Amino acid sequence: MLVAKASLYEHPLRVIYHFLKVDTALFMALVILCMSGLVVLYSASGGDIDAIQKQLARLAIGFAGLLLFAQIPADQLRSWSLWLYVIGVALLVLVLVSGESGKGAQRWLNLGFVRFQPSELMKIWLPMMMAWYYSERVLPPSLKDIFVGFVILLVPTALIIKQPDLGTSILVAGAGLFVIFLAGIRYRVIAVFVGLLLATAPVLWFYLRDYQRGRILTLLDPERAPLGAGYHIIQSKIAIGSGGVYGRGWLNGTQSQLDFIPERSTDFIFSVFSEEFGFIGTSLLTMVYLFIVVRGLVISARAQTCYARLLGGAISLSFFSYVFVNIGMVSGMLPVVGVPLPLISYGGTSMVTLLIMFGVLMSINSHRKLLGH
Amino acid sequence: MKKSKAKVFAGRRYLLLFAVFCMFMLLFARAAQLQLLHADFYNEEGSNRHIRTVEIPANRGVITDRHGEALAISTPVYSIWAHPKTALANPQSVADAASVLGLNKNTLTEKLQKRKDKQFVYVKRHVFPNIANELEQKKVRGISSAREYRRYYPTGEMSAHVVGLTNIDDQGLEGVELAFDEWLHGSPGKKRVLKNGRGTVVGDIGLVAEAHHGKSLKLSIDKRIQYLAYRELKRTVTRHSAKAGSVVVLSVDNGEVLVMANLPAFNPNDRSNAKVNSIRNRAVTDLFEPGSTVKPFLIAAAIESGVYKIDSKIDTAPGYFNVGSLLVSDHRNYGVVEMKTILSKSSNVGAVRVALKMSQKQLWDQYQSVGFGQLTGSGFPGERVGKLASYTNWNKTQRATLAYGYGMSTTALQLARAYMVIANDGVLLPASFVINDQSPEGRRVMSGRTAKAVRNMLKGVLTKEGTGSRASMQGYSAAGKTGTSRKSQNGGYSKDNYIALFAGMAPADKPEVVVVVLIDQPIKKDGYYGGEVAAPLFSRVTEGALRLMNVPPDIINDKKRDLLVARPREQ
Repeated sequence: MLVAKASLYEHPLRVIYHFLKVDTALFMALVILCMSGLVVLYSASGGDIDAIQKQLARLAIGFAGLLLFAQIPADQLRSWSLWLYVIGVALLVLVLVSGESGKGAQRWLNLGFVRFQPSELMKIWLPMMMAWYYSERVLPPSLKDIFVGFVILLVPTALIIKQPDLGTSILVAGAGLFVIFLAGIRYRVIAVFVGLLLATAPVLWFYLRDYQRGRILTLLDPERAPLGAGYHIIQSKIAIGSGGVYGRGWLNGTQSQLDFIPERSTDFIFSVFSEEFGFIGTSLLTMVYLFIVVRGLVISARAQTCYARLLGGAISLSFFSYVFVNIGMVSGMLPVVGVPLPLISYGGTSMVTLLIMFGVLMSINSHRKLLGH
Repeated sequence: MKKSKAKVFAGRRYLLLFAVFCMFMLLFARAAQLQLLHADFYNEEGSNRHIRTVEIPANRGVITDRHGEALAISTPVYSIWAHPKTALANPQSVADAASVLGLNKNTLTEKLQKRKDKQFVYVKRHVFPNIANELEQKKVRGISSAREYRRYYPTGEMSAHVVGLTNIDDQGLEGVELAFDEWLHGSPGKKRVLKNGRGTVVGDIGLVAEAHHGKSLKLSIDKRIQYLAYRELKRTVTRHSAKAGSVVVLSVDNGEVLVMANLPAFNPNDRSNAKVNSIRNRAVTDLFEPGSTVKPFLIAAAIESGVYKIDSKIDTAPGYFNVGSLLVSDHRNYGVVEMKTILSKSSNVGAVRVALKMSQKQLWDQYQSVGFGQLTGSGFPGERVGKLASYTNWNKTQRATLAYGYGMSTTALQLARAYMVIANDGVLLPASFVINDQSPEGRRVMSGRTAKAVRNMLKGVLTKEGTGSRASMQGYSAAGKTGTSRKSQNGGYSKDNYIALFAGMAPADKPEVVVVVLIDQPIKKDGYYGGEVAAPLFSRVTEGALRLMNVPPDIINDKKRDLLVARPREQ
């Protein structure tokens, strides 16, 4: 308490940050990221002011959500976890029954005043649920608890796969797995699971849809289908490579401006960024991401309650996995799955959920002090 | 328990941080690999994709008649082409393109399927710009348009044989389009352009080579006379149910071709129904035996050689004559006649008698000097030379048949050019399809006196007593010769198939034009003689031509004279 008070008078901005219950460094990093996102989006959308305004509106909602969730103590969230999870699963079922289609998948739910993807909400509600479950148990978890954790995890994952949305389902499942890992699952158990996964891989392969199989094969050999799925990877690699050290400059990326990059304002926005800002820009952007992830992990490590620690860790690692999967896919290291670049890509629900997730992290950080040592 | 829990978490914390750090390093490494190590490679790959060197099409030159009226022009059109794989990957694009272009979607898909390994397949060629625009707006993938020029012939079939054709790639195929291809086509330029992912050109980067548009070409053809001649030819050919026909009109002063009309003809703007035998320019590509139309040159040779005088008399009795196994005969016994009667009555017996009295060389010299068996100098693609055997190889029969135009072959243009010598007081000029800046150098091949004498004799052909009386005109005098030649068939001569000919010039005393009319295989029952079939056509074409050329009439009957003579004004 005393330490906190002493820092109150160090800088006037700190007063505000403290009052808002946000972590200064993390908040600044997020703002920088979102601002650079708008700059790239302007270029990627071909100077579409309308897109910028929409994105700004989402950012406003997102930051409002961040500030709102920063005020809610983690304990409060903990008590909501189960219900939010149940609502989330219900919404996912609703999507399958009466969702709106777009691009060959049924992912959207229209509530009249707002249209959103419930699968995005699950990215935060699933780790909350799992953190709540394991915080009630003795850790490290027993095999039975691990089994229950997997059931909790697989229900929404399966519902999302059904839409079909492989990318989001992987990310949601990943968030759950991070909780299990953080809960202290033993390495030999992990080894057994990995072994099982490898053993069943051929069976899983059988259950994949044709286009999903194609994407994996394409990753191994993009020239296999230079005009089909491979086209995206080849074009994206060309755009990134063309950036060189310094990049071609803002609004000057030939590959991106000339319509060679598919989905260039959403999933492939990193290619546009890389072509226009070069290796220097790419490195700076990656460092901002690295900073956010590490800062999130540090906050989680400092958390006092088991729930907060598990949830914070899962949030930070989820965020990291989004970054890694998107950049990995765009630069041709991972198969093409529909994962946007967090806080940069054009798109509504993911932007808002991400910022809410950081709101939860902020809350974990600020409410720690109130509990005292 | 509590202790082991803390231990687990402490270990995990560092492992986690380490793993996250390593994976970020992986991202850095990948960025470095792409952007530092292989930047040049990807730069080039990128350029390969969006920078293209494309051809700037050159506009083909306009072909006009002698008064600048268009005979062939180029209009911009677009050709739609596809990259089959891209197009097939976007079925909606294929459907859109099919509906805009008015094609069947399934047929188009099949066509693309069949050629899916190709990089470039034409979907539809030469569509109007508005259709190409419409397609552009649909933002189809894998299907693009390229600008080209399409040839359009405003005068259609009437001048099709002379003007000729281009293929769909704008290269000359026939006629003047072929003969002057290099002059007309120009050279396409090259420029570097920026293409976007859909293959649409979005901007120019720079010019590599400028396009040089083709030069325009002024032909010697007179569109008005050409039209008149074509119309009259068609009427005659239809009336006599003939197989084919040609009209050639040459300008006497300079050998320029004013008219060259042929039937059967074709529509150069829509060749889908054109038959192969309607495409060739028969007046220069088809050979025939000139028959009696060659007799004026026999008479000229006789006078030039000094063997006969202008007023010499020849005995044609009894109206037939045996040369070896060959029987030469006239319609009736004309008895002793003047040279001019040989022409006006077209006496074969007289002609053979004259020929046999001359040396073979004397006859051959005159024939070949007026251009028989030689190119006319027109340079028209596919022009035939004709045949005139060397006199050293003649036997007696040949010597006799050559006197009335058998055993040799010529084209309508060659025959017209030969008659130009008579019209031109003995000077031979090359034939030309374009207007020459300087008048061409002529070659004297007959004395002026002889030429004038023969021309005078040829006036007799058009009198009431002559074979060509129906070639005479109301307002103009003319000189000419009829011809009716049997077509050779299966090694002999046909009894039913003839070529009706008339070759002449007008006005007789100072000729402006030489006109050759040829009707191939008129139906026998309605008359087949040159004087019956070809002469009336000569009359109509020649009179029309002279009027259009503003040549003052030289025959004025009394009624007309009254109207034309200027009367002093009453004061």
